[in-house]
Amino acid sequence: MTTQAQLLPGTLDLLILRAVSLGPLHGYGVLLRIEQISGGALLIEQGALYPGLFRLLRQGLLKAEWGVSENNRRAKFYELTATGKRRLREETESWNRLSTAIASALAPQPEEI
Amino acid sequence: MRLFDSLRSFASNLFRRAETDREIEEELRSHIQLRADDLERGGLPHAEAERRARIEFGGYQRLKEESREALGVQFGEGLLQDIRFALRRMGKKPGFAIVAVLTLALAIGANAVVFAVLNAFILRPLNVPQSESLYGPWRLSSDMSESYPDYLDLRDRNHSFESLAAFNVTQAGLDTGSDPSRAWVDEATGNYFDTLGLKPYLGRFFHASDEHGTNSAPFIVLTYDFWRSHFQSDPSVIGRVVRLNKFPYTIVGVGPPEFHGTLMFFNPDFFVPIVNHPQFDTNDMNARGDRWVFMTLGHLKAGVTPAQAIADLNSVGAVLEKAYPKDDPKMSFKLARPGLYGDYIGRPVRTFMTALMLLAGLILLAACANLGSLFAARAADRSREIALRLALGSSRKRILRGLFAEALLIALIGGAVGLAGSVALLRALSVWQPISRWPLHMSVNPDAKVYAVALLLALASGLLFGAVPVRQVLRTDPYEAVKGGSVETKRGRFGLRVTFQDVLLLVQIAICAVLVTSSIVAVRGLANTLHNNFGFELKNTILVETDLNMAGYLGDKVPPMQKRMIDALAAIPGVDSVGLADQVPLGDAQPDSNVFADSTTDLRPANAASDAMMFKVSPEYFQAAGTALVSGRAFTWQEDKDKPRVAIVNRQFARKIFGSEAKAMGAYFKIPDGARIQVVGIAEDGKYGSLTEDPQPVMFLPILQSASNSAYLVVRSSRDPEQLTLAIRSTLRNIDAGLPVYIQTRYKALDAFLFGPRMATISLGVLGVMGAMLSVVGIFGMASYSVSKRLREFGIRIALGAQKSELLQAALGRTFRLLAFGSAVGLLLGLAAGKVIAFIVSQATPWDPVVLGGVLVTMLLLGLLAGCVPARRALATDPLALLRED
Repeated sequence: MTTQAQLLPGTLDLLILRAVSLGPLHGYGVLLRIEQISGGALLIEQGALYPGLFRLLRQGLLKAEWGVSENNRRAKFYELTATGKRRLREETESWNRLSTAIASALAPQPEEI
Repeated sequence: MRLFDSLRSFASNLFRRAETDREIEEELRSHIQLRADDLERGGLPHAEAERRARIEFGGYQRLKEESREALGVQFGEGLLQDIRFALRRMGKKPGFAIVAVLTLALAIGANAVVFAVLNAFILRPLNVPQSESLYGPWRLSSDMSESYPDYLDLRDRNHSFESLAAFNVTQAGLDTGSDPSRAWVDEATGNYFDTLGLKPYLGRFFHASDEHGTNSAPFIVLTYDFWRSHFQSDPSVIGRVVRLNKFPYTIVGVGPPEFHGTLMFFNPDFFVPIVNHPQFDTNDMNARGDRWVFMTLGHLKAGVTPAQAIADLNSVGAVLEKAYPKDDPKMSFKLARPGLYGDYIGRPVRTFMTALMLLAGLILLAACANLGSLFAARAADRSREIALRLALGSSRKRILRGLFAEALLIALIGGAVGLAGSVALLRALSVWQPISRWPLHMSVNPDAKVYAVALLLALASGLLFGAVPVRQVLRTDPYEAVKGGSVETKRGRFGLRVTFQDVLLLVQIAICAVLVTSSIVAVRGLANTLHNNFGFELKNTILVETDLNMAGYLGDKVPPMQKRMIDALAAIPGVDSVGLADQVPLGDAQPDSNVFADSTTDLRPANAASDAMMFKVSPEYFQAAGTALVSGRAFTWQEDKDKPRVAIVNRQFARKIFGSEAKAMGAYFKIPDGARIQVVGIAEDGKYGSLTEDPQPVMFLPILQSASNSAYLVVRSSRDPEQLTLAIRSTLRNIDAGLPVYIQTRYKALDAFLFGPRMATISLGVLGVMGAMLSVVGIFGMASYSVSKRLREFGIRIALGAQKSELLQAALGRTFRLLAFGSAVGLLLGLAAGKVIAFIVSQATPWDPVVLGGVLVTMLLLGLLAGCVPARRALATDPLALLRED
């Protein structure tokens, strides 16, 4: 499991928003999508997804509707609201800024070489 | 706002809870199902796939709860759960819950009662509009009384009061056509009701415009209460003419329901215009020196400060001082609140109530401390459960919340029970008339403030004692429970170290013992009081009070009427003797006079040999009252104004004035009017002014030689008092149907004198019960705690063959040593306190085997009561169960 990374605190929400931004998904689908888009590198405790989903639902970033899954099981489907979309944009930008900054801070400096 | 939001979400969640719960559940299950489908497709067998899916999902219950929390359902749901859980736990151990609830009920009830009284007398002013600006002028040299002319000048010359009213308190005979009776009357100035800004409930008030000089306004305004009790709320009473002291008066109105006059405690029956004062008393309305008007009062004008008003009054006073130097020598003022007669009643009431409030607060604090240790003991009992829950992933916050929910629940139930009890008590207090002859009332019905205070106190005490086991829970180490060892919460160990709790309990036990000692002393003293030698007989004596003035008898018409009444009553079958006196010992008033040695010629007060009480009595009085004559003779009906003046004195008088009883017989003394009086008899000593007084010098004078209008008839008879009362009433009515009489047994007449001792005894008793309750709970808590902590040890001891006595020694020894030590200290202090009690309750002495034995037995019983449950538990320890468990 060396290729898998622990999730940084607070990043689960961002991942969920990102996963859902590609189209309506049920909870399990969100999990699979995150695995897929992260190339299986991010490890999420399956159940821990739900408190996160509900938090976003309560903040009005997601909306949910009951539907039927591809293999005919009842499931609740989530999609982004307008606020959710905006939040995703903002969070993505700030994350990119942060990660660039961290990356450049951690990159080998010329004098180190 | 957050509180409001959470409350709103709590409310709506209550309804949505079930549905949301179901939905969460469905979604989580659907997730597990989808995962299982995937795994099955990946080749796992169906059952295995489902198992794996569940494992991968994680802690289902925990996640469900977190999900709920994320949806904001947590607050209400958790609280409801906590309450349910707390109720279940309380149901399992009802003894604990009952002890805790009762303790709090008593403590909070006591606080509510004291606060309600404080609220009624001090915080809530008089029941009149804008009472905050209501003041009365108080003469610095004396009190709030004024003469009528001075009142008029103050009223007309001041610039600070909107208007200045005045009233005087008196009694009058009220004859409504059937049963003439005494009534308490406020003689009020015409502007009285307008000054107070009151509106009548029925009819009209009298006004300044009704006053046209002396006796010009024969009007009555009834108080609402008197209208209800004496006129059955009959609205047609307006316009009816009744007789007051034989003079016709017209009832013009009824006051508002909540108005009981402007003097708290003292509720008059009705109001009459003060200009009619000559029909009630002999004061001269024009005499500037006769300060008979009880009180003046009024609202300060808007914008006038009390300081400005005082300066204004003083400048009026200065003018009057100059004009009437003889009658108004010193006329400077302060302002006083009228309700409690300024600081005269106000200060002692305030001091007393503040002290009582502090005491009640202390009781509540002690109760909280005791309940705290009870809770600590409970938490110690549950330490394994708590540790297990922690190990299973429950948060400490959650466990603490559960504990607090239980504490608050108990506090609220206790508070509710206490409040209900105090409301009942306050209702009873409000209708209670401590001394039947006086219109004394305490309107202490609880209002919203009282309820709020009780609720706050309940919540605060719940939080307080709920907080005691917090540290214990925070320190619980879950691994200990899992490892199966005993769960030791680290707390002050029960070694030889003296803990704070020990000291607290010791102090409580000592205080309890003091209170128990004092109340037994007081009760014994009170019981003995009635078997005291009063110098007259209590048994088989009826006291008939009349005032001939109220029936229109004056001057020379008085003595024949008195003789007629005596003869008529003596003729009633079964009556042994009838005596008459202007005042009786231990009655309403004790007139006194200076007496001088026969040789004294300058009868200035400074030369008086002594001051002596003076009762004017008929010849048969001594026989009727049961006062024994030690030597000499009683008076005769021949000793009237034309005969040389004679007196019967008591032994103390004889000793004090003449040196010995032998020297007193036949000797002479003088009274301030210069009359020489010969002693013809000596009576036994008794109690005259109070039950606790030292022997007082007393003289009895023949009523025929010094007439008096007021008259008590002392009737001696072994007949049933109730029948006799009826017979006396009808006999007197036959003589004069308009004569108000007041008939009571001699015992009942002592109510006013027994009021103080009774109140002291009751208060001590109530405090004693509170103290006992606190001690029991304290001992119970401490013993339970020590037993639960050492349960394993007891199990091992039993397994090793320990005797029951050894076990008890180990379980309760320390607690009972504290009890013994505290009781000893308390008993000693209580014996010292007995001396203080003797000032209030005569005959109170702590050196009495009943007292000492009573205290010992009481304290022992308290100890047994509190110790029996923990002791039973220690003895019932089952070593096998303990060994199995661990």
